[in-house]
Amino acid sequence: MMGSASLKNAALAIAAGAFAAGILMVAQGLLTSDADAAIQPALKLQPVASFDKIKNKSQRAVALFQEAGKVINSPRCMNCHPATERPTQTDRMRPHQPLVVRGEGGMGAPGMMCTTCHREANFDSAGVPGNPKWHLAPAEMAWQGKSLGQICEQIKDRKRNGDLTLAALVKHMAEDELVGWAWSPGTGRTPAPGTQKEFGALIKAWADAGATCPKG
Amino acid sequence: MIRLEKSFVATELPRAIARMTVEDATRLSRRSILKTGAAGLALGVYLARGNKAFAQQPPASPVNVAPNTFLIIGSDNTVTVLCKHIEMGQGPFTGMATLVAEELDADWSQMRADHAPSNPGLYKNLAFGVQGTGGSTAIANSFEQMRKVGASARAMLVGAAAAEWNVPAEEITVQNGVIRHSSGKEGRFGEFAEKANQQPLLENPKLKDSSQFRLIGKEGVVKRLDSAAKSNGSAVYTMDINEPGMLTVLIARPPRFGGTVASFDASATKAIPGVVDVKQVPMGVAVYAKGFWAARKGREALKVTWDDSKAEKRGTAQLLSEFRTLSKTPGKIVKQEGAVDAEFAKGGGRIIEAEFVFPYLAHAAMEPLNSYLKWDGEKVVSRFGSQFPTPDMAVIAKVLGVKPENVDLKTILAGGSFGRRAQQTTHIAFELASVAKAIGPGPGVKVVWTREDDMRGGYYRPYAVHKMRGLVRDKKIVAWTDTIVSQSIMKGSPFEAMTMKNGLDSTVYEGSNEIPYDVENFRCDLHQVEIGVPVLWWRSVGHTHTGYAVEAFVDELLDAAGIDPVEGRLALMSKKPRHAGVLKAVAELSNWKNAKLAPGRARGVAVVESFNTFVAQVVELSMTEEGPKVHKVWCAVDCGVAVNPDIIRAQMEGGIGFGLGHILYADIPLEEGRPVSGNFDTYRSLRINEMPEIEVTIVQSTEKPSGVGEPGVPPIGPAVANAIAKLGLTRPRQLPMVPGASV
Amino acid sequence: MTQLTLKINGQSHSIDADPDMPLLWAIRESVGLTGTKYGCGVAQCGACTVFVAGQPVRSCSMPVSAVGADEITTIEGLKSKEALAVQKAWVKLDVPQCGYCQSGQIMSATSLLELNAKPTDRDIDLAMNGNICRCATYVRIRAAIHDAAKSLEG
Repeated sequence: MMGSASLKNAALAIAAGAFAAGILMVAQGLLTSDADAAIQPALKLQPVASFDKIKNKSQRAVALFQEAGKVINSPRCMNCHPATERPTQTDRMRPHQPLVVRGEGGMGAPGMMCTTCHREANFDSAGVPGNPKWHLAPAEMAWQGKSLGQICEQIKDRKRNGDLTLAALVKHMAEDELVGWAWSPGTGRTPAPGTQKEFGALIKAWADAGATCPKG
Repeated sequence: MIRLEKSFVATELPRAIARMTVEDATRLSRRSILKTGAAGLALGVYLARGNKAFAQQPPASPVNVAPNTFLIIGSDNTVTVLCKHIEMGQGPFTGMATLVAEELDADWSQMRADHAPSNPGLYKNLAFGVQGTGGSTAIANSFEQMRKVGASARAMLVGAAAAEWNVPAEEITVQNGVIRHSSGKEGRFGEFAEKANQQPLLENPKLKDSSQFRLIGKEGVVKRLDSAAKSNGSAVYTMDINEPGMLTVLIARPPRFGGTVASFDASATKAIPGVVDVKQVPMGVAVYAKGFWAARKGREALKVTWDDSKAEKRGTAQLLSEFRTLSKTPGKIVKQEGAVDAEFAKGGGRIIEAEFVFPYLAHAAMEPLNSYLKWDGEKVVSRFGSQFPTPDMAVIAKVLGVKPENVDLKTILAGGSFGRRAQQTTHIAFELASVAKAIGPGPGVKVVWTREDDMRGGYYRPYAVHKMRGLVRDKKIVAWTDTIVSQSIMKGSPFEAMTMKNGLDSTVYEGSNEIPYDVENFRCDLHQVEIGVPVLWWRSVGHTHTGYAVEAFVDELLDAAGIDPVEGRLALMSKKPRHAGVLKAVAELSNWKNAKLAPGRARGVAVVESFNTFVAQVVELSMTEEGPKVHKVWCAVDCGVAVNPDIIRAQMEGGIGFGLGHILYADIPLEEGRPVSGNFDTYRSLRINEMPEIEVTIVQSTEKPSGVGEPGVPPIGPAVANAIAKLGLTRPRQLPMVPGASV
Repeated sequence: MTQLTLKINGQSHSIDADPDMPLLWAIRESVGLTGTKYGCGVAQCGACTVFVAGQPVRSCSMPVSAVGADEITTIEGLKSKEALAVQKAWVKLDVPQCGYCQSGQIMSATSLLELNAKPTDRDIDLAMNGNICRCATYVRIRAAIHDAAKSLEG
């Protein structure tokens, strides 16, 4: 049936993404001779220093962004950067239930705003995540369905990144509290890899290295 | 599963029920219909805010009610009907009141309703012989009885007025609650209620001819009696019982059906503020606390080691594989006609085979299961949405060791049921009494199931497989077999004797053994399997799966024969005029023949009879990335005499929505015996954005009225499947159609 | 346990509660306003919807200590003209069946009409799909919202 087939396809796409991330990690594992890390799930981030050996600045920037991409590709970030007006949820990235939409300012629809369920903090006894700034990324910041290279170009583009300079972007990634939620998402949700500090450092190093984006 | 001794459920309980039914008067006593001014039940003592959910205002004094009445007429002219059926949404409060008001010639604005107390002699369901609600029987079994109540009361009021005015009763008329004499004298019911009690009761009063009805079957004159209270928060459900000193009880139940407590450590639980006590009970470990939150935190802190040695450990994947294997062999014959095997062996024509798979389903009523009881060692007061008060009462008496007559059980409003509160094993009442007994007489106990408890608590719609085989030759369906593999609902229950023939449970195969189509060579057989997962009737019971299998399969066979689904069905319905009637009606309503559909849209049809009510539905849908999108449903229903047309429409609308949500999304998978889905995030429910537009037509009928609570459910699934097939996609044979919501 | 003061429907209530207890149970059990229902406890069904500072909130997914001084409105305290129009339409069209979810439905519908005087079917879907009705009274919920909106046109 068409419906279930397309659902299966969605699941496959996610699995393929995870598989790609695994490949990436194997490569870095070999680079750092950390064989153990290669078979671990992508829960850690390589420190910026481990990329110093890549002498070509542009190649280093690409590698740094790919490392940061483990965070960007995490369901914690992806779920609220949907391709449509509707967010996804859970580690499986299924369509958000109930049906919610971006609405004005990314805050939901009249009568059912994000804040109807999501409050200032995670509320584990109800299984509902929260943050004072909880909202959906605007449409021009959609990540789902895009390659890491496309996302990279997008977040550098001041027309599509909320008019942030590269410096401001680095600060946002490193310090914003809603971004930071990805590392303390509450019970039942896999946190983004590493820490926000490590992620911020990778983004900063990427910017410092010229902010070259991965191809494709 | 239930820890209540099997022997009690199977043998003692039916006897206890029979005893209660016989001991109480089985006919209305002289004074039983109309009562005023007598000392009676102290309604509302147990409820902090009073049990007035049903009535806009409680009747003014001096009105009280003896427990053996159907009617209370207040001095304020209110007429309160005591409804012997539980109001869980299907409208019996309004239905019973309509029947009474019709014959009483009351004005609709003076009508009220409340639940009758538990008294099987007086308030038994005439279809069951015990007090209870189910099988869409409320209107069907009460149609005459309640009209007689109204007609008798009218005669008594008229008699009282005649005596008061000293005029012949024949010269008195009653209209919209006003009693009038040609001399100009007039009065209202309240004035004569007291004196009416002295009037003789007519056992068989003359009832109106249907041509005289001014409420029954009429549009716009009857409004639901419970809408206002359910729109301002004042309706009181079991969950809302909040008596001073009451303890809220959450029970840690085994994660697998059939598991038992090996040991437990309650030290952390007892340290939680608000937790009062922890006791082992037959179904697990009970945490008694001041309020829900303390009970929940207390239960979270509880450490229980479960003994799973006797538990059901199979998952649904394994069950499916076992069911499949069984379905390839013939089961016990339920019905056989013609020479099926010979016909298949003859050769020629086209053989079509299909396997249909149906998941476990939870009822998941909006109000999770709960119950309330308080006792002093002798006398018991219990309140909850009991759908079968008679057996529930018997089991409470048995567990607490009190006389049944000392159990004051009253059903109160239930936030939905869909069959779940109709407990064939009485496990809710048994659990309630066990919890009360464990802590001893004194404080009231309210047992609350969390949503997760409710959803993982079993009593599901049984898992089922239908293996079907059909032979189409010369544009005709010449042979049909249906091998069912499923679990018995009734086995081991007090109703076993009523519903099982030759050891086979009719609720498993109903609808599959009697298909509405003329097929000369026919066989329906059944493998009734034993599984340690408790199962239960679920809104429309066996028809939930048999209706789907039969209607999706006949559509496939007609398609193979190249015949229109409506024309093809009608041609095979020579012995089924009422099936044909609703099918024609829905075809006309939906303009089946000539409708021009937008691109990407298709229509499907299905017709299913359940509980003697006939329902046909046409759906129009399109396919989206997220599954079928049903745009509109046309529905024709024949339920005999239509008592409350708007409630019938509401039940069709609700039945369609309920059925649609489940066939699209719902599934309770088991992993090594443990139910996976626990809440609406993993047991997806239909939401308003997925609700189709619905148009209902009620087929005019003079047949006896039949129920509408369940029959709206079965046709929607196969109608959706058949429309999907029309789009050129595979007809879904395994439900739910959109899998994956349970992970 | 913490001493808290809740302002509900214009009245102050002092309660002693676990700060992590959902607002729902404070309303239902500490204060005794039982029109607000427990249906799922995980913000999936909407039966527990109340207004906090005038905005609809699932009271099962907000800890009572997070309310602070904000005014809470429950089904029992609805007073706005939109609320009254919604309740009137609910009765007129006989929307409820079992009724258990309807307090939450009415809270959401009221909020919708307070923010959007003339909602389309799509607006209704977006505002109301967080409220599950297992009886599936959705056809009438939709009709009643349109009816209430029409009655408010004057």
